[in-house]
This record gives sequence, structure tokens and C-alpha cells, in this order.
Amino acid sequence: MTALYDCRDAFVATLLDLAADDPRVVAVVNDSLGSSKLMAFRDAFPQRVVNVGIAEQDQVGIAAGLAGGGMVPFVSGASCFMTARALEQIKVDLAYSRRHVVLCAQSPGVGYGELGPTHQSIEDLAWLRAVDGMTVVVPADPVETAAVLRWAAAYDGPVFVRVSRTPVPAVHEESYEFAPGRAVMLRDGDDVTLVANGIVLHRALAAADLLAADGISARVLSMASVKPLDSAAVVRAARETGALVTVEEALSTGGLGGAVAETVVAEHPVPMAMLGFTGFCSTGSSEYLVDKAGMTPEGIAAAARGVVGRKG
Amino acid sequence: MTLTQEHITLRPVTRPCAGAPRAEVVAFLAETARQIRLQDLALVHHAGAGHIGGELSAADILTTLYGAVLDVAPDRVEDPERDRFVLSKGHVAGMYYTTLAAFGFLPVAELATFLAPESRLNGHPNRLYVPGVEANTGPLGHGLPIAVGLAISGVLLGSPRRTYVLVGDGELQEGSNWEAMMAASQYGLERLTVIVDRNRLQQGATTADTNDLDPLADKMRAFGLMVTEVDGHDHAALLDVLTAPPVTGRPRAVIAHTHKGHPVSFMSDNVAWHHGVPDDAQYALAVAELEALAAVR
Repeated sequence: MTALYDCRDAFVATLLDLAADDPRVVAVVNDSLGSSKLMAFRDAFPQRVVNVGIAEQDQVGIAAGLAGGGMVPFVSGASCFMTARALEQIKVDLAYSRRHVVLCAQSPGVGYGELGPTHQSIEDLAWLRAVDGMTVVVPADPVETAAVLRWAAAYDGPVFVRVSRTPVPAVHEESYEFAPGRAVMLRDGDDVTLVANGIVLHRALAAADLLAADGISARVLSMASVKPLDSAAVVRAARETGALVTVEEALSTGGLGGAVAETVVAEHPVPMAMLGFTGFCSTGSSEYLVDKAGMTPEGIAAAARGVVGRKG
Repeated sequence: MTLTQEHITLRPVTRPCAGAPRAEVVAFLAETARQIRLQDLALVHHAGAGHIGGELSAADILTTLYGAVLDVAPDRVEDPERDRFVLSKGHVAGMYYTTLAAFGFLPVAELATFLAPESRLNGHPNRLYVPGVEANTGPLGHGLPIAVGLAISGVLLGSPRRTYVLVGDGELQEGSNWEAMMAASQYGLERLTVIVDRNRLQQGATTADTNDLDPLADKMRAFGLMVTEVDGHDHAALLDVLTAPPVTGRPRAVIAHTHKGHPVSFMSDNVAWHHGVPDDAQYALAVAELEALAAVR
């Protein structure tokens, strides 16, 4: 049985390390200590938790002010509210003002699957991609979550990083280091490329195994950095494998799929499929909804066979 | 109409020394505010755009802050210990740029580029372009939360610096301000001062006829702020309340009663001048009225 991990544990462990090293690090929460698993942080650094209550516009605006006053704020709250409710604060107070604030988007995608579309956050990548100067990252496992946070603590600008509660297996090596705009090739292949991130990356790897059994050689690109995108890796994949499938726990239009498609169409058009969500999801567990959207290993493999079949 | 260098008449001023007699400081503020108003009127008239009504209502507040209150200076815009001022009503950028230029934060000659293509001086201030600007504002309801964050950072770092934020009154219809006032009280931000430019007019009508704010002082008190009401065109009164020492655990609110378009007779309290642009005759009349004020003094 493969061990599964809640990325929030890596989130809080990393934040504790960062805060121990840097007195400027503060957590800014919206009554979200429990859902962010930040109790241990509060116990260790009670003065460095700014709890604004249930007020997301205020949460992001206050974080901008904290940054302006010399702190390094990590804003932690449910992605659905943080992005939708405070989008103007994210655009103006953080991005347009180029403030060093790390948005830690809790329970993104369909992490709150059973709670329905009000609490699901499948639009966040599309919205945040549209904001100039934002770095948008979707880690796949605890190692990547920690690596992104360490990088973001030292980067002088606004960062949006998803922190998933959906259990995932470890994918990356312990030595993994994050760099924005850099894809990681987890598996090389010649016939098709699977581009994935977040909680569905391991499903893309499983799909590559299924395809290999069929004699189809699939490349797998781990693309945590949705913005900036590793366009070079995408174009190379299009040239060298001739077909692509994107896989993500988000609206594919505007998300990773949209970002990859824009690059492929402009640079080297090839057959492509975009797996993800297409609109409001129904109610169900994260696993149920991701499966239903066709992102089972079998579903991803089928999509890959489809684009391979469309090659000229 | 095109704004050019010939329309820039402002001369940089020097703040009175610390410890200067109060009467001298007040006289300095009055004359500086008059010069700043004259220059800003020229910017709006010749550039053909601006928010002259709210700019003139805020002029005395801005002049008092930069002339005698804020611990800031052009040569220490990055000093972590400087006071912080956030202009939440960012649409009065013309008046803000003029004030910053008067106090040496940018060359007065640069005012001639106001709203011009590629100018640093766009319709809403940008901290990355203009020295001394602390926050990029324009959309309403953003400045007060940012100021709360600045004030909390001062507490966390043990800094004695103070934070001031100027909000418009119509802007208080945005709920984010009330979220921020709750947080300011919760955190006992005694070194935060919220100044309301209470000119009672917004873009389309009076605040009372739009979404009434009154009883504003009572509402702000109910949110935990210590409220003082002053005449927002009285430099002595502004000076006293804005330099008053902090009161333990209580953020301060100053409701500055002002007149949009003040003191130009045909603009004052007239909603048509929210972003009206004076024509040549109106401009000449406004200038004449401001010149006459100097003669009276």
C-alpha cells in the first residue's frame, strides 16, 4: 500500500521552519487556523498569527500592509473565498503593488467536494493566471509543497500556491527544489506527453504505465508552475512527441490546459486534449469528482490514445 | 488644452523646524495649501481631467500631514522607521502629486507630465513609480485594510512609527473599511489614525441621498475607534488632532468636515465638480479667488 500524505502537514512544518529562521514571517488567517492545520504554528509563534476573522478582503489588504511594513506574510485560507472574494485586493494590493505576500490556498480544486460548488475552487487558476505578476503554483505532494513555500519565502513578489488536503502519494525526490517556470520530466517518452500537476499528477504517471503496456511511450511533465509556464518544455514535448494531454484538478479552460494550449497553438500545433473540469461540479468526494471528470489512469490513457490517433 | 512646463508655478517648500511656534506652522500650512491648490487647479484645467472637487476638499489635510505631522522625508522614503501614509481615495492623485512635489518627493517640473502618455503620474498613484507613495490605490475600500496591516507590522516589530490613512466619505460605503475598523480595534492599533474627508458628496449625489453614512461618528465609535470631529479646512485644528499622542489601545478616527471644491465659490459643495474640468473663464475665476485669499491674509 502506497503511503498517502496531506500536504497541509508539509505546509505547517515548513512554515514553522521558516518562522524560526526569519522573524518577519507571519501567518494571516481568516478564522482558518484549524482548516489550515496551523494550530502548531499558533502555539509556537502566538504573536505571529494575524487572525482577521471571516473577512477575506481585509485579510489580503492587511497582508499587503504587513508586507509594506517589513513583514513576510503567508496568507492562509480556503482558496474559494480567498480568490473569489479578494480578487481585487490580490490584483491591486499585491500584484499591481508588487508586494511579497504568499497566498496559501487551502483545500483548492475539489478538496471540499462534498460541500458543493460554493466551496469548490476550480476557477482559481484561471483567475490568478490573468493577474500580471502573479506566480501560480500547484504542488503535487508534500515535498513539492515544502519546496514551493521555501522558494516563495525568499522571492520578492506575490505568489499563489495551492495547499491540498486530498491525500496524495509522494512523487518527487526529497532533494527536489522548486523553480518557477521549470517543468520536471518525471518520465521520458516519444509518442505522447502527459502534462499534469497537483493531486492528479500521480494519476498521469499511472496512466503512462498503462500506455506502456499498450506499446505507447508517454512522456510525463510535472508542471507545478502554471505561471510562469515552462513554454520551452511544452514546445519540446510537442515537437518530440507530437501529441499532448493536460491533466488538472481545475477548470481546464484558463487553467493548466489553457496555458499549455496557448503555447502549443502559437508555437507548434499538435493534437491535444485537456482533462479537467468544464463547469460547476456536482457533489461528491474529491476522488469521485476527479474520477467522474475522466481523470482515472484509464481515462487519461484513453485520452492519450485519442490524441495519438489524431496525429498526421 | 495641453499641460506644459509653463503651467508649473509651484515652488518646493521647507517644513518649519521642529519646535517652531504653532502660529508660524499654521501660517505656513495655510499658504502652502493655497499654493498647492493653485497648482492643482492648473493641472486639472490644462490636462483636462482630474477629480478637482475631492482634491480641493482634501488639500488642507494633505498639506497638514506632509507639512507638520508625518515623520517622512524625501531622503528617507525607504527608512523602515518612517511614518506611513496611505491615500485611500486614490482618485485625488493630482492633489497628492502636487503635495508630494511641494515637499520634495518628486521634481515639481514633473507635474507637467500629469496624465500624459507613459507618465509616472497616472490617474491613481503607484508606489513603484512615485517616491513616497506607500500603496497603489484607486479602487475604493483598499487603503484602510492596508493601513491596518502597516500598523500591525509596527506593533510586531516594536516600532514607534505611526500610520495615517485618508479615506473619502463615500468610500465608506465599501464594506472592507468596516472589516478593517473591526480589526483595528481588535488589535488595539493606537498608532493608527483614520482620517475621513467628510465632504458629504460622492460622484453622483450627496452621500445622504445615496447610502447615508450618518450617524458616522457613532458608527465608528461602535466599531471601537476614538472619534474626533474637526473642521477639515482648519489647519490648527488638524494639526492638534493629528499630532495628539496615541491613546492606549484605541485606534483614532478623525472626521474632517470639509467642502468639496473648497474654497472656490462656484465649486464648493457642488456635486457637478466631482470630476468637472474648469473652462478658461472658470479657471481664471478660481485663480482670482485663491489669489484674493492671500491678500486677505
